[in-house]
Amino acid sequence: MKVVADGVRVRIGDAVILERADFEAESGRITGIIGPNGSGKSTLLRCLYRALKPTAGNVYIGPDDVWRSSARQAGLRTAVVAQDHDLDNDYSVLEVVTMGRNPHKRVLDRETGSDRRIVDNALDRVRMRWASDRIFATLSGGERQRVLVARALTQQAPVLLLDEPTNHLDVGAQLELLDLVRDLELTTVAALHDLDHATTYCDRLILVHDGQVVTSGPPDEVLTPERVAKVFGVESAIVPHPLTGRPHFVTASRVTTPR
Amino acid sequence: MQRTATRSPHAVSGPGYVVLLAGLAVALVLSIAFAIGTGTVDVPVGRVAGIIWGHLAGETAGLDPLSNQIVWDFRTPRVLLAALAGGGLSLAGVCLQALVRNPLADPYLFGVSAGASLGAVIAMTTGGVLVAGLGVAGAAFAGSSVSLAIVFVMAQRGGRLLGSSLVLAGVAVASLGNAATSYVQLQASPTELRRVMFWILGSVSGATWDQLGVPALAIALTAAWLLTQGRSMNALSVGDDTAAGLGVNVHQLRILLLVASSLLTATVVSVAGGIGFVGLIVPHAVRLVVGPDQRKVLPVSLLAGAVFLVLVDLVTRTIDKPNEMPIGIFTAALGAPFFLMLLRNRKKVWR
Repeated sequence: MKVVADGVRVRIGDAVILERADFEAESGRITGIIGPNGSGKSTLLRCLYRALKPTAGNVYIGPDDVWRSSARQAGLRTAVVAQDHDLDNDYSVLEVVTMGRNPHKRVLDRETGSDRRIVDNALDRVRMRWASDRIFATLSGGERQRVLVARALTQQAPVLLLDEPTNHLDVGAQLELLDLVRDLELTTVAALHDLDHATTYCDRLILVHDGQVVTSGPPDEVLTPERVAKVFGVESAIVPHPLTGRPHFVTASRVTTPR
Repeated sequence: MQRTATRSPHAVSGPGYVVLLAGLAVALVLSIAFAIGTGTVDVPVGRVAGIIWGHLAGETAGLDPLSNQIVWDFRTPRVLLAALAGGGLSLAGVCLQALVRNPLADPYLFGVSAGASLGAVIAMTTGGVLVAGLGVAGAAFAGSSVSLAIVFVMAQRGGRLLGSSLVLAGVAVASLGNAATSYVQLQASPTELRRVMFWILGSVSGATWDQLGVPALAIALTAAWLLTQGRSMNALSVGDDTAAGLGVNVHQLRILLLVASSLLTATVVSVAGGIGFVGLIVPHAVRLVVGPDQRKVLPVSLLAGAVFLVLVDLVTRTIDKPNEMPIGIFTAALGAPFFLMLLRNRKKVWR
């Protein structure tokens, strides 16, 4: 299922956070949204799933306008791993993952055996079934993110949205999570911080800078040394990885005349 | 601690939850019966049951007139009002805590009760200049809604709520409401003053049968609606973005929860005055037992809150017979140290 942003514009008060953002995320591929801090990449991602209503423009998931369908409908099409998970409560892992069934349920429905199977399968898929009865907040950062991916899986939505999913994780947990996401083979849109992760895991990148979509395309076409110097202010290159031979994004020093 | 977890981490779950709910329902009936029988004059439980049965069956002819008056005219409405107020305030607490994602939220602390009191006191003293047609209960609802809306607007930055700002805004709005109430109080006549004090301290004494209908209906309807919202409230209590991702219409749910908590608080305040901390103590204790799932927290809090306030009211009128203490003093004496303890034991620092 394709994800399309068409002229998305976000203003908060007088400040323009995002200006006429257009992009397309292809079905079954991983699309990365990259850009410096405060560039608008999280804002763009939040527009894709009814967390933030654009001031102008439209977002389509498949044929449907996200803001014209109901909240529940949106929950059936997009599953989200957001950044705001509150830890000041004692939900068990099972309770957290079961929340993924919410959009499938009417108000007074109870969870059935088939819901429980979907939850268990999702936990197996992220190798967290052992933690079903643990308190979510007591898990490590990497384990928590995997549980949230399991919750997204129980939504059984064709589109997966990830908002900086590797934030605060150690390097092993980062790669484990991204490998997991790649193996899901869903239509995925992820706001990412790490440009090497973006190069390694994404099929296409969307570069956002100062609230504008600068360019989009395959990683090696987007992350040219000139563009990286201009947007991020660092020297960079894409080189074959010494171990795998695959393209690998590396940085050198700060360039002296940034932006 | 490395061990394989094999069962729910919450103290009560599965079939135990049903037992707990049934047990609380029985406890509520027993505590109501006991509270009706106990007071300055004790009436044996058997006679209490006889009198109530007589009234329900419409056969009041053979009843002892003195016991009948004490039990049916004075104590039964009072105890039922305490149960309603306890249940209503507990639900209002659950509602607010989900709304602001903070277990320290309470209608009294957030200035909602102060706003409701102010509305009610203005309605009583000005006799309808400002609040024509609203009545005391309507004015209390207007006051509580306005104060809650102010707290919300003040604590919001770019669509997100900040915990510390919420508490500070709540304190400020509560002070403002209390100051305004004090001013209105100074303008009041001595007869009005007695009634005004009642709102400020909170009391279920002097309850009459005809006061009970409206709050019972309002609390029952709000509770019934809330019980259908548990799933969405769970999502909201985890995060706004997360809730949106799970298919919850966050904006709409927030507004409805705001209305529900104002309605519950205003209803209770308009008949029982400002009783603090019930909405804080009861849901917190309930979450310790059943965990954070709102679909369990809501019904258990409703029942536990009712039992709690029936018992507190019983203490206020038996601890120093024949004198009575205002119930609000008691709940504050229990609740304020409880609040401080929670504040100290919090896992997370407020952002």
